[in-house]
Amino acid sequence: MSVAMLNLTEVVLNGLMAGIMYALVALGFVLIFKASGIFNFAQGVMALFAALTLVGLQTGQVPFAHLINAIFGTNIHHFGWTLPAFLAVILTLCVMVAFAWAFEALVLKHLVNQEPIILFMATIGLAYFLEGFGDLLWGADIKAINLGIPSGGSFWWEDVTREWAPEGSDYWGMYIDKLDVVATVVAIVLVTSLTLFAQYTRMGRALRAVADDHQAALSVGISLRTIWVVVWSIAGFVALVAGVMWGAKSGVQFSLSLIALKALPVLILGGFTSIPGAIVGGLIIGVGEKVAEFYIGPLVGGAIENWFAYVVALVFLLFRPQGLFGERIIERV
Amino acid sequence: MSEAAPRPAEADTILSVSNIEVIYNHVILVLKGVSLTVPRGSIVALLGANGAGKTTTLKAISNLLRAERGEVTKGSILFEGERIDSSSPSDLVRKGCIQVMEGRHCFGHLTVEENLLTGAFTRREGNAAIRDDLDMVYDYFPRLRQRRTSQAGYTSGGEQQMTAIGRALMSRPKMILLDEPSMGLAPQLVEEIFEIVKKLNEEQGVSFLLAEQNTNVALRYARHGFILESGRVVLDGEATALRQNEDVKEFYLGVGGEGRRSFRAVKHYKRRKRWLS
Repeated sequence: MSVAMLNLTEVVLNGLMAGIMYALVALGFVLIFKASGIFNFAQGVMALFAALTLVGLQTGQVPFAHLINAIFGTNIHHFGWTLPAFLAVILTLCVMVAFAWAFEALVLKHLVNQEPIILFMATIGLAYFLEGFGDLLWGADIKAINLGIPSGGSFWWEDVTREWAPEGSDYWGMYIDKLDVVATVVAIVLVTSLTLFAQYTRMGRALRAVADDHQAALSVGISLRTIWVVVWSIAGFVALVAGVMWGAKSGVQFSLSLIALKALPVLILGGFTSIPGAIVGGLIIGVGEKVAEFYIGPLVGGAIENWFAYVVALVFLLFRPQGLFGERIIERV
Repeated sequence: MSEAAPRPAEADTILSVSNIEVIYNHVILVLKGVSLTVPRGSIVALLGANGAGKTTTLKAISNLLRAERGEVTKGSILFEGERIDSSSPSDLVRKGCIQVMEGRHCFGHLTVEENLLTGAFTRREGNAAIRDDLDMVYDYFPRLRQRRTSQAGYTSGGEQQMTAIGRALMSRPKMILLDEPSMGLAPQLVEEIFEIVKKLNEEQGVSFLLAEQNTNVALRYARHGFILESGRVVLDGEATALRQNEDVKEFYLGVGGEGRRSFRAVKHYKRRKRWLS
């Protein structure tokens, strides 16, 4: 293989794996949008909140430590234990389910039958509330996630690929982050299990039924409130996975919530209602971004990566507004 | 103006609605005191023109009203002697009262079989019982067995209606509120559907309250009928008696009374002969 080919392969591989990370975020949006027609502005913040909670629980931080210290003049920070990663993940999941339940009971329940724009506003409110609440609960400092996920470049892969280059060329092997590989595997497992869940379980069938026609779902005795709690819990779970992966990459801090913005072009590309769409959309955006940065970037001074996705999304809006995999509307008269 | 008198409670009444008033959005009064009863194991027809309040009555019973910002402000609804005004639709389905909505409302992207399975959502028995019922539904609607793997959205109107009724059956109901089963179907299919309703009624003992605009068919299959107009019951009685009634013939069956000459004469007749005036 020539060096140019190897470079292209490396760029595409990294693009695919970045795409998986985008898809993870987009997935959360799709789940909630499908089941309730709500565009959940807070999905990114949910990822941040989940990651914060995970780190907080794992390292044994005292919740509301700053508040407590300010009021009582104490100086407590940590309980002084470290939970095993596995336990921390389970506990965080419980927190996300409790959060879904609370949001349904306190907000969604009272907004049944309102216009989508009102529900959208509610999620904007939720986003800012959750951001502040996360800070209050766990403190605003940057935290590192330590779940024992391998990260850093893979030397083995570098060595293997170096062999592929023509003899005597100045090639040092491909760089692939182990974290990205893990993220890819996790994403594949996640999507497969979600699909199986939706396809073959009683609750999954109910979720799809509600997505199709919520009135009819009500009429056969499916309780929308239960479904909403389930959907928001699943979205919380997906947010946790996305938060962990992104948090491991760039630290758990406020900017983590901005990954939601990266999901927008993915959604426009893949369609708001399609899980495969979110995945394929993510991959296309990821690869497109990296390839554009690598080949066009140098010509225009770089930093294409930041806006390339949005241009692709715009073009798509012009030609295929329902996205690549947006649900075809079945209409019979 | 005489209200439709509340009928003496029969020995075995599965559903009794007394004097309910329904208001949408806190302002629009849609039902102005509707009373009706459904004896256990019978088919009762709720008749009337567009906008008379048939669908609203059914939704008041199944409590789907609340999802449309309507509410029952007066009167009471009893299902098997128990007040159900504040039960949620899923509670009602569990109790055995399920509605098949107007316009079928199948889950378009689910297959026919998946549609049927959603009907069993509230049931807690194991898979075997549900499989048995699936077979039962397929026996009543052999066409559905052939289409079991098709997406419901791509099946014909008749098949969708059958799917919707079959889906309701999967909840093992004691009573089905059937809204406008004939809507948009060819006359032959309407007969077919009504035949199945009759069979279900006789063999499974399911009681039916069906809202229909097709008065002719409905009165042939029902035992009892209630006629609604502008949110009130204006006439009720045995189906056979209703079919002989001059006014019903004139207004709903399209069989003119003697001496009808023209449309104008009909309008004149109608004006002269207001219900219950």
